[in-house]
Amino acid sequence: MRLSLPSNPRIRSLLWQILLAGLLGVMAWFFVGNLTENLAKRGISFGYDFLSGPAGFDIGERAIAYDADSSYWLAFLVGILNTLRVAVLGIVAATALGLVIAIGALSRNPLLAGLCRSYVEVLRNIPLLVQLFFWYLLLATVLPNSQQPFEILPHLFISKNGFQFPWLSPEAGVLLEYPELGTFGLTGGATLSPEFLALFIGLATYTSAFIAEVIRAGILAVPKGQTEAAASLGLRRLQILKLVVLPQALRVIIPPTTNQYLNLTKNSSLAVAIGYPEVVSVATTTLNQSGRAVEAISILMLVYLTFSLITSFLMHRFEAATRLKER
Amino acid sequence: MNETSLSWRQTLFNGKVNTLITVSLLASLVWFAWNFLPWAVFNAVFTADLEACRAARGSGACWGLIEEKWKLIVFGRYPFEEIWRPIVASIMMLAACLVMSQRQWWTPLILFSAAGVIALSVALMIGGFAGLSSIPTERLGGLALTLLLAIVGNILSLPLAVALALGRTSNLPFIRVVCSGFIELVRGVPLITVLFMASFMFPLFLPSGMNPDVLLRVTGGLILFSAAYQAEVIRGGINSVPRGQIEAAQALGMSYWLIQTKIVLPQAFRVVVPPLVNSFIAIFKDTSLVTIVSMFELFGSLRLALADPQWRPFFIEGFIFVALIYWVFCSAMSRYSRGLERDFAVARR
Amino acid sequence: MFKKSVIGTAVTLGLAIAASPVLANKTLESVKSKGTLSCGIHTGLGGFGIADSAGKWTGFDVDFCRAVAAAALSDNTKVRYVPLNAAQRFAALQSGEIDVLSRNTTWTMSRDTQLGLTFGATTYYDGQGFLVNKSLKVKSVKGLKGATVCVQSGTTTEKNMADYFRANKITYKPVVIEDFKASVAAYVEGRCQAYTTDASGLAAIRANDVKNPNDHIILPEIISKEPLGPVVRRGDEDWAKLVSWVHFAMLTAEELGITSANVDEKRSDTNPEVQRLLGQGNNDFGKSMGLDPAWAYRVIKQVGNYGEVFERNVGRNTPLKLDRGPNALWTNGGLQYAPPIR
Repeated sequence: MRLSLPSNPRIRSLLWQILLAGLLGVMAWFFVGNLTENLAKRGISFGYDFLSGPAGFDIGERAIAYDADSSYWLAFLVGILNTLRVAVLGIVAATALGLVIAIGALSRNPLLAGLCRSYVEVLRNIPLLVQLFFWYLLLATVLPNSQQPFEILPHLFISKNGFQFPWLSPEAGVLLEYPELGTFGLTGGATLSPEFLALFIGLATYTSAFIAEVIRAGILAVPKGQTEAAASLGLRRLQILKLVVLPQALRVIIPPTTNQYLNLTKNSSLAVAIGYPEVVSVATTTLNQSGRAVEAISILMLVYLTFSLITSFLMHRFEAATRLKER
Repeated sequence: MNETSLSWRQTLFNGKVNTLITVSLLASLVWFAWNFLPWAVFNAVFTADLEACRAARGSGACWGLIEEKWKLIVFGRYPFEEIWRPIVASIMMLAACLVMSQRQWWTPLILFSAAGVIALSVALMIGGFAGLSSIPTERLGGLALTLLLAIVGNILSLPLAVALALGRTSNLPFIRVVCSGFIELVRGVPLITVLFMASFMFPLFLPSGMNPDVLLRVTGGLILFSAAYQAEVIRGGINSVPRGQIEAAQALGMSYWLIQTKIVLPQAFRVVVPPLVNSFIAIFKDTSLVTIVSMFELFGSLRLALADPQWRPFFIEGFIFVALIYWVFCSAMSRYSRGLERDFAVARR
Repeated sequence: MFKKSVIGTAVTLGLAIAASPVLANKTLESVKSKGTLSCGIHTGLGGFGIADSAGKWTGFDVDFCRAVAAAALSDNTKVRYVPLNAAQRFAALQSGEIDVLSRNTTWTMSRDTQLGLTFGATTYYDGQGFLVNKSLKVKSVKGLKGATVCVQSGTTTEKNMADYFRANKITYKPVVIEDFKASVAAYVEGRCQAYTTDASGLAAIRANDVKNPNDHIILPEIISKEPLGPVVRRGDEDWAKLVSWVHFAMLTAEELGITSANVDEKRSDTNPEVQRLLGQGNNDFGKSMGLDPAWAYRVIKQVGNYGEVFERNVGRNTPLKLDRGPNALWTNGGLQYAPPIR
């Protein structure tokens, strides 16, 4: 008995896929067609060659040499490095803080556990943008004037200019450059601007609340028998945590924590609102100066997708390596 | 002796380290209360008196800022004569959400009518029919706009999320690739880029002449973003349904759609709802990002209120107020989700 | 086999897209059919585009929007104001969200040629300056070596500052903030020692945003040319001309001594220039722009001539206290020069 064409499952699945492909094709033709027509009508050209042209704008904080004459792609590179700088430092701080809070939340001391749990409850339920602005405005109000910086430790200053400290000097003759007071504040050495500090503190505290929950859940997921066996061997609580529980919990903790790291990196894009020149901020300035909205946003998406893919890839490798090799 | 009912002596003061921690924490709490309470309550100015606030600066909080600016913060720049409309609309939307949250009312009829009520509230705020004056969408703002964006963004994205999840778990390779690609693309970029795309680029992709409203574009971007995250949660739920169920259904001769709608999705639902609520909470918080494309929802309205140079020094009070509002909504949802998780866990055993 | 839901969704989507207002190719026709003029303005700059707590917009740029509405729609109140920050303004114009951008936008070559936009007449000749706190005892821009300078992102000021400081070998640190109010607040709070934007904007900031206007001075150097004016989309020449001629009509009115108060009497004036401007007699210069003869009469009656608009928003009696300077009529030594209506 021959089945009629649509009843044959293979033909049917093929037809569905052709239908979807057709639908997507029509949509793509519609959107791309409109885009080219609109761009042509407005006299805007499309292309990535503008990237080698001079940027024309300065970037306040930069890790590599850059000035207004440098090309757009160098500006993007500066932005990416700024993103990575706040992301890496933020991840380290968030993990450390999250670990401490998680262990505190599991403590038998009700005061400590209560405080840690409140920390998590409060920070997780307030939007990050609100927290960032709060830290930024707080720092702007509380920090001393740039002409009267406060010296925390010898040669480590904090003021409205930011956190300034001695740093390696590229010029020959002097190894370390110390901040010196000038008419407008300290010059020399390295500076972490108040924008960076606000972003760093905000991201680190916010993400630490999530990481604390993940670590706590991971620790609780380790079978109670392990803790009991270790206790019966005479190990103290912190030793049990460090030698028995955490290594086993790690397998459960790492994937969601990696997700949080990725979230932190994506959340650093909020810096555009407080003025820290990371890659989104550079992209919007480029968008304005050159008028190339589509190209600039596509580069931005490409940068973040690369971060995501690298992180996913590393996480898959880790998961594969630590998967329980069951019999 | 029951291990969990240790006396406070044994939990707070056993051992040197523990005692040290307890004592230092108690000392910090006392110091904090000693400084904070006078500022927040005893010396605070509760009326919108700028002179009194300035005089109390540093020693007392200026809650008068709230009294002066609460209309802007809660309703945005909505024309004051029609203020009943966002109030009624917000109450209707919240009531619809409360109805949808009660498990005993999870029937298609009730869920659809709740969705209808939400659509009605949106229409009420925007107006333009039945004698209601049409309000330009840039006048919408404050808490009313946050609720609108969060509720509409979360609920309208569910059908798309289910479709994407089914697509990603499908056997048809092309569909699977397209859905996975879309989900990974949207999850890999920050919400800001999606909002920028909606705000700057989307009009270029439409025929010249078509010009959808900013609110529509931003809500569309929010829906796409939230659908991708919800799709992953739903996919986890779909994967949790034992394969045996599907095989049994296939043995009975059920078609793909019948299997999905009658067997897989209802069982996936129980697993899926708590993390779905978590994703709702995330989108609720993310509505604060639309200030970057110049829409003044709750946080944006606060910044607008603080742009007034006379009231700007009292920003801490404003931030505490807005943070409290967010905290109330988000922790209520979070508590609800934890309650659901407990109920489902009990039921599974 | 075709699920009803698929067809239903497709149809609904199509209807939803089609339901959005459709703009005709000709902006004037679409403005007339909509019944309102969508005008892009500043989010809040004193004197140029600022809203009070009731939501009413006032300002120099706002008045220009009203003038265009008075000419095209006969009613200066039929304007929908769309506040835009510096980053969004060109995209909103390019996409059709607004019909005209009146948001103290500088006319530059790259903007004129690369963005698909056309600049109308220059309504305000300005230049970029620096605002500093008097306590720093800085008397000139060259004294800003090593200073931190706040600026709003997405503006010509960012680029001009970079060029000027590089040319004069002055090291500085820019703090670039997206939101205008936030960038001003950063200066006021002391994050930076100087603020830079157009001199008219500096006057507005000094008048409205700082604690004590006498504590701040605007440094003498004007480091760039900033011709500010309305902007429209490229491709609709008629609309561009209409927008420019509204400004020229306001200048001509001031030249001829016609104000909003005396325009009614002036209608019976026998001076042929007045008659041509106000559309008296057989004169109908509005026809070729798609308007009726009394287009300029309505502009002057409902909004005023150029001098009135200037004095009302940014003049000597306002907190900004700006002089006419280069914005005086050419007969008084300024740059405002209207081609004859003839």
